Amino acid sequence: MTAALSTSSWRAKAAAGLGLAALFAVSLAVGVSPLPPGRVLSDPDALQLLLVSRLPRTLAAVLSGAGLAIAGLIMQTLSRNRFVEPATAGTAQSAELGILLVTLFFPAASLPVKTLLAAGAALAGTSVFLATAQRLPPAQPYLVPLFGIVYGGVIGAAATYAAWQADLLQFLSVWTNGDFSGVLRGRYELLWIAALMVAAAFLVADRLTIMALGREASIGLGIDYARMMQIGLVIVSVITALSVVVVGMIPFVGLAVPNIVSRLMGDNVRGTLGWVAAGGAGLVLACDIAGRLIRYPYEIPVGTVMGVAGGAIFLWLLFRRGGHG
Amino acid sequence: MIRIENVSFRHRTVPILSDITLTIDKGGVVALVGPNGAGKSTLLSLVARLQPLQMGNIQIDGLPVDATPGRQLARVVAILRQDTTVASRLTVRELVSFGRFPHGRGRLSAADHAIVDAALARFDLADLAGRFIETLSGGQRQRALVAMAFAQGTDYLLLDEPLNNLDMYYARELMRALRAAADENGKTVVIVLHDINQASAHADRIVAMKGGRILADGAPCDILTPDMLEVVFGLRAPVETIGGKPFVLHQL
Repeated sequence: MTAALSTSSWRAKAAAGLGLAALFAVSLAVGVSPLPPGRVLSDPDALQLLLVSRLPRTLAAVLSGAGLAIAGLIMQTLSRNRFVEPATAGTAQSAELGILLVTLFFPAASLPVKTLLAAGAALAGTSVFLATAQRLPPAQPYLVPLFGIVYGGVIGAAATYAAWQADLLQFLSVWTNGDFSGVLRGRYELLWIAALMVAAAFLVADRLTIMALGREASIGLGIDYARMMQIGLVIVSVITALSVVVVGMIPFVGLAVPNIVSRLMGDNVRGTLGWVAAGGAGLVLACDIAGRLIRYPYEIPVGTVMGVAGGAIFLWLLFRRGGHG
Repeated sequence: MIRIENVSFRHRTVPILSDITLTIDKGGVVALVGPNGAGKSTLLSLVARLQPLQMGNIQIDGLPVDATPGRQLARVVAILRQDTTVASRLTVRELVSFGRFPHGRGRLSAADHAIVDAALARFDLADLAGRFIETLSGGQRQRALVAMAFAQGTDYLLLDEPLNNLDMYYARELMRALRAAADENGKTVVIVLHDINQASAHADRIVAMKGGRILADGAPCDILTPDMLEVVFGLRAPVETIGGKPFVLHQL
């Protein structure tokens, strides 16, 4: 099984790379204003459109998609449960509550400061989730995601209440429902920090695989368990907060992509991390393109498209799992 | 040498271990036996620094387990806990390779690969090397976990009921492999066993525990006597000597 995978792996990698490049090119080409490839170099307006709007939008989709998929993988590793991700375990909701409170009390704060505070809120919210998840009986794996959904719901309700009281409900929906239509040059660059976080995940890949074996196996192999937990939490919280603040939360990426990659090539994080990142980028990019095309020239937010697509993927995963025992 | 001095441990208000002092010399197989709840697993997990020490000292080769960096200790002592659950899509070879993590931090040298291959061969896992752990039976999984602890290449190997899930054939194979590791490579194996006859057949020394205390400590022929069995297990059973080793007929 693994032998077959490794011999065909360069072919799979080439196919994945080509697919991602094709999605990237399509994303650059699709939009209300036509952008024929031949005119980009000759027509300054076309070049401007490409550099100010299409390219930033495409990069934002790639960065947030790759980041959220990695964040999902890390959360699943730390909680030792395949059914959690930032959007369903209180991380995104904590980030939303965080940025809402910052907007209420320090409306003049700059975007990086707001993001930092949102990341802090996400860190606190996720720590509480993981501390609770570890106390739930491991023999009942569905309790963890169920608890996460309820917990995230409670925090989300608090955010909604606060936003309603302060007449900021419209702001809140910007953070809770991912949408790339507002992405322009100068308004997405913070997302590059997500790329740094993904790089950090590569550095600790082996340690993440060992963390998935549990606390005792990790300590036995000489890993500083508490420290790795903190590193993982910081990566997850920063990526989620960046996504929430810059483009709004995109659900399901962190759930669907790591599960599909695990099905296909196993759980050795060093080998799968690149696939998870590429898969997340491709999925979000594809959903954003679909959102631009379905009601052309109007747009459907990527969060909505992803909700539908991710739900379908998740059902497929569940039924496939059942079928194979 | 493992030196355990005046170790006591409480879970909330319940005493688990009371003033344990025990020295285990380098090389050989030491079996920890005793009824359920005797504190054997807790003692092993304290030696392997999986739980913080509350009272007393534990040193392995002069390294205090509560003050030595985890990475350094991981090259001296390996532990396999009871009912380790690995519902993972790692292959057997990948899992066993992670035993080498304390040495190369994930980069495997040719020597590391050779050690992994040797561990796979020793526990009869070569044919299963490419299989995902989650597709294995309980006994196969247990052997893969033992092989991983073995591949860690430490002088001290702590095993908590490794014979769980193993059939008769593999239980004996595992005990023989541990015996060989002690005799040929000078390893020190501390093993919690429920099958007292396995302890008699393969261990140099048996430490019997009950109620958080050590009740008896010595060679199998000194420990496996009807009187001692009654004190430790509350069980009256005949003991027969076969091939110079005592065996308890506890089924009778």
